[in-house]
Amino acid sequence: MKKLMLGNEAFARGLYEAGCRIISSYPGTPSTEITEEAAKYDEMYAEWAPNEKVAMETALGASIAGARSFCGMKHVGLNVAADPLYTAAYTGVNAGLVIAVADDQGMHSSQNEQDSRHHAIAAKVPMIEPSDSGECKEFVKLAFELSENFDTPVIVRMSTRVAHSQSIVETDNRQELELKEYTKTPQKYVMMPAYAKGRHVFVEERTDKLVEYAETSPLNRVEISEKAEFGVITNGAAYQYVKEALGDKASVLKLGMVNPMPVKLIQDFAEKYDRIIIVEELDGIIESHCRNIGVNNVEGKSIFGCIGEINQSAIAEKLLGEKKEFISLGENIPVRPPVMCAGCPHRGLFYCLKKLGVTVSGDIGCYTLGAAAPLNAIDTTICMGASISGLHGFNKARGAEAEHKSVAVIGDSTFMHSGMTGLVNIAYNNSNSTVIILDNSITGMTGHQQNPTTGKNLKGDPAAAVNLEELCRAIGIKRVRVVDPYHLAETETAIKEELEADEASVIISRRPCALLKYVKHNAPFRVDADKCIGCKACMKLGCPAISIRDRKAVIDHTQCVGCGICKEQCKFGAIE
Amino acid sequence: METKSIMIVGVGGQGSLLASRLLGNVLLAQGYDVKVSEVHGMSQRGGSVVTYVRYGEKVYSPVIEKGEADAVISFELLEASRCLPYLKKGGKLITSTQQIDPMPVITGAMEYPENLVEKLESAGVDVTTVDALSLAEQAGTSKASNVVLMGVLASKMDFPDELWQNALEQCVPPKFLELNKKAFALGRNFV
Repeated sequence: MKKLMLGNEAFARGLYEAGCRIISSYPGTPSTEITEEAAKYDEMYAEWAPNEKVAMETALGASIAGARSFCGMKHVGLNVAADPLYTAAYTGVNAGLVIAVADDQGMHSSQNEQDSRHHAIAAKVPMIEPSDSGECKEFVKLAFELSENFDTPVIVRMSTRVAHSQSIVETDNRQELELKEYTKTPQKYVMMPAYAKGRHVFVEERTDKLVEYAETSPLNRVEISEKAEFGVITNGAAYQYVKEALGDKASVLKLGMVNPMPVKLIQDFAEKYDRIIIVEELDGIIESHCRNIGVNNVEGKSIFGCIGEINQSAIAEKLLGEKKEFISLGENIPVRPPVMCAGCPHRGLFYCLKKLGVTVSGDIGCYTLGAAAPLNAIDTTICMGASISGLHGFNKARGAEAEHKSVAVIGDSTFMHSGMTGLVNIAYNNSNSTVIILDNSITGMTGHQQNPTTGKNLKGDPAAAVNLEELCRAIGIKRVRVVDPYHLAETETAIKEELEADEASVIISRRPCALLKYVKHNAPFRVDADKCIGCKACMKLGCPAISIRDRKAVIDHTQCVGCGICKEQCKFGAIE
Repeated sequence: METKSIMIVGVGGQGSLLASRLLGNVLLAQGYDVKVSEVHGMSQRGGSVVTYVRYGEKVYSPVIEKGEADAVISFELLEASRCLPYLKKGGKLITSTQQIDPMPVITGAMEYPENLVEKLESAGVDVTTVDALSLAEQAGTSKASNVVLMGVLASKMDFPDELWQNALEQCVPPKFLELNKKAFALGRNFV
């Protein structure tokens, strides 16, 4: 059956058709929908793990047990899972193990633009990269075969454009597979030095075999055009831009296997043309490989650079000198950055933090938007969990004065991911730090995934829920309190008191995400224009539902969910 | 045939994903190769949202660059103006007259530009303006302005109504189907 599918949805279909049984992932844009879509097939067990390291170890365990397994994550998630990855490269697999890593060229939704191919090279595992949804499905199936044939985890590299573009997919039936036999094999699975030394030899031999495979693999494809004046080597989404922009003006070597790369195939292709252009997004990895194997008639990064996405226009302009005409209004159009939604529980908390003028160590999630105008409340954002550990370091460096004027903010899911260990460090190594957990009862930014605090699992069934208050106390934090961020005065008082206290404390700012379906909204508020004096105090909240028209505040009734923090803010009783 | 490009733009939360899926389904049923590129995650939170739909005999790139769009459908006036450079010469612009203040306007750092409809018209653009929000409210919910606009687009494309109705049935939950069909019809009969 022919269907339009997102790359991620097609990936999930590939898992299903390949007979995958066990899936453990952590959400992260643009990888999330692979696991969400996979969870819709009852034949596969799928779960959200607390973080990518746990997910990968779970999938590896399932592979060793004899089940085809999968874990998915975004590019920065692979940093978290790098520890198991680099040793899973040594143990290899029993049943196939496939890992998805989704890079975010252009940083549509990420804190850096790292090229995850480096991980595949460093870990010495094969990495393959599809260019559209149809390939996503086929490559996943092939990845399981490669994994079992070469005894290795296989990474399938996605990108924002491949993951979040729909194209046509032809679906197939599921291949049902029996569990493979599990035999205790310590020399393969116990990676202590004596055994690991043996496995390293195996890894190097495996890489040699994979290079041989890459020479003739269907993953790599040469498309010769008789009219071509030059050759292009490309991979992933960039292949589509190349075909779009150049048509039959260039011959193309499409690399579906990006690690290890073939040698002879590239040398032979490069010999056909005087000029070989490498069109690859982010780092010049194919280009370096070409030079390493003595193919020197290549250009790439000198033309396209290593920042952001490439597209058909850039290729047409830089290689053919063609430029599209377009019109614009010549008007200064205000930007429209993402904002916290109307009724977002984070808004009240950040308003209080801004008012108190404290240093805020931030983290990854919707609440990162607290860094934007008009709240401008966040000082740092690095990676998952860094708010808490970073605050501890900040306070150790600057001492008591800083301790009374700084907080960490972290979401419920991020706290479970890697915030807890930072809190252990605060308790154990004794800094007087104040940590605020923004518990909105969901993993928000990635589109509402359950997590260990929500009481539900990936399928929406009841699950054990971590009690955050008890967890923080068990870690050794004595001062733990809960506030409702819709109540500004109460929230502000709590922050002040905990900052003044001479020991570490945790404030749980608790209120479910306003977008959750079960959250009942109040009637929208309106502004009494006779009472509004246009002081703009309500505008300081940065609520997208409030604007000024004719010097009076106006509330957009289609957006307002009646959270009431603007009402609390208005000294003239104009909001009702 | 040459690949055709349609851009659907708006503000996060306005329903551009549903609109692009409707269109994608119609084009698939019509027998075209189709690619639809969406944006998820961070930029969905009230920011500018852009969705690309491309169709033809064989479609390669899923994205649309400046000067390439045969049509731009916008759910919001400022976004229509922002995306104008993507329209190719002679392309069609369909925009809702709805205005949503972006944060720089809310904070007072910038003004929402005035008379955008007139400015778009005087730029020599083939522009159709629709009060999609009112039509959607007429259909029963302000949330259906995305489907109203797809109705307007349908009136400018030569595909059988049956395909659009099938696409609505496939993409909209049964509970909201009647409402959305009404919104679609209001858009389709608008011009």
